Amino acid sequence: MLIRLFTTFFKIGLFSFGGGFAMIPLMQREVIEKKKWIGSKDFLDMLVLAQSTPGPIAVNTAVFVGYKTKGVFGAIAATLGTVLPSFMVILLLAIFFAEVRNNLYVDAAFRAMRPAVVALIVAPLMGLIKGMKWYLMAVAAVVALLVWYVGVSPVYLIGAGVLVGVAVAVYNGRKGAKQ
Amino acid sequence: MIYLQLFFSYLKIGFFGFGGGYAMLSLIQNEIVEQRGWLTATQFADIVAVSQITPGPIAINSATYIGYTIAGIGGSVVATFAVCLPSLTLMLLLTRFFLRHRDNRYIQTVVKAVGPVVVGMIASAALLMMFPLSGKNENFVDIWSWLLFAACLYGSYRKVNPILMIVLSAVAGVVLYAIVPMIS
Repeated sequence: MLIRLFTTFFKIGLFSFGGGFAMIPLMQREVIEKKKWIGSKDFLDMLVLAQSTPGPIAVNTAVFVGYKTKGVFGAIAATLGTVLPSFMVILLLAIFFAEVRNNLYVDAAFRAMRPAVVALIVAPLMGLIKGMKWYLMAVAAVVALLVWYVGVSPVYLIGAGVLVGVAVAVYNGRKGAKQ
Repeated sequence: MIYLQLFFSYLKIGFFGFGGGYAMLSLIQNEIVEQRGWLTATQFADIVAVSQITPGPIAINSATYIGYTIAGIGGSVVATFAVCLPSLTLMLLLTRFFLRHRDNRYIQTVVKAVGPVVVGMIASAALLMMFPLSGKNENFVDIWSWLLFAACLYGSYRKVNPILMIVLSAVAGVVLYAIVPMIS
């Protein structure tokens, strides 16, 4: 099981170009659909926790899945799997081919991979929005605009989300006590 | 001593690097270029470029690369380990806490409230890559970019393997941007 966690996350790590969010569809496919290690309802919860913790999203999601499946050792195995491909590729590049990014073919391949990566970030949004209440969708849209257009740091918005959550819980609790 | 310095620098980067990826860049630059002076600004820009064409989180890529540049393979191991350590520990504690108390009303409401924020952040990442507000658009260079984007979006909808789509895009790129211009 530990080895399967390691190899699955190694595969995810090896193909996660373009930053953390681009590996979301890969995770969905490998971890939810194929291996069924976490349910699709855990998925947004996992993203929330991963975003509320410092560090790379890829590592944070690996820890969540690893811990849920096989405890602390599972988390370590999944993290190692995520980190190792990037570690090895960079090390090889640093040692042998410092000039690879000036290569004509590498440049051409990456020019086409960039829009593909953006599509991989957009695709899971549909699934995440589905089933959301209209006002939650509106919040998501406002957050997207604030971060993209105004340049607000996501850290503050997550903090605000936590505060709103606590306030709503307290309010509902009082209402519940009165009834 | 260089190992210890590398360890603590990257521990710091890992600990304060909220928001992942590009949000961590300024933090890394401040620590490595301005505070420590381990790299020049140009060397740093090179590392960012290399990170973009290699898989994996940019924090880890830069840790491995800078660790190696400064102190060899040992340095790359130390820096990579240090940058993952805060993430691993904090996320472990948070996951453990969450899984134990996920039925708690407060936890549920907080997670539900942060959910749309995270969805919005993912959307903003996509928006920034599609329509950057400053600089030229490096992700969408011509009509082929948008066609590839549309094809991959349709592919995701039809549940095509994402790895296959990345590999096919790379092949398409070599044909479109290297082979075709060479022939014509």
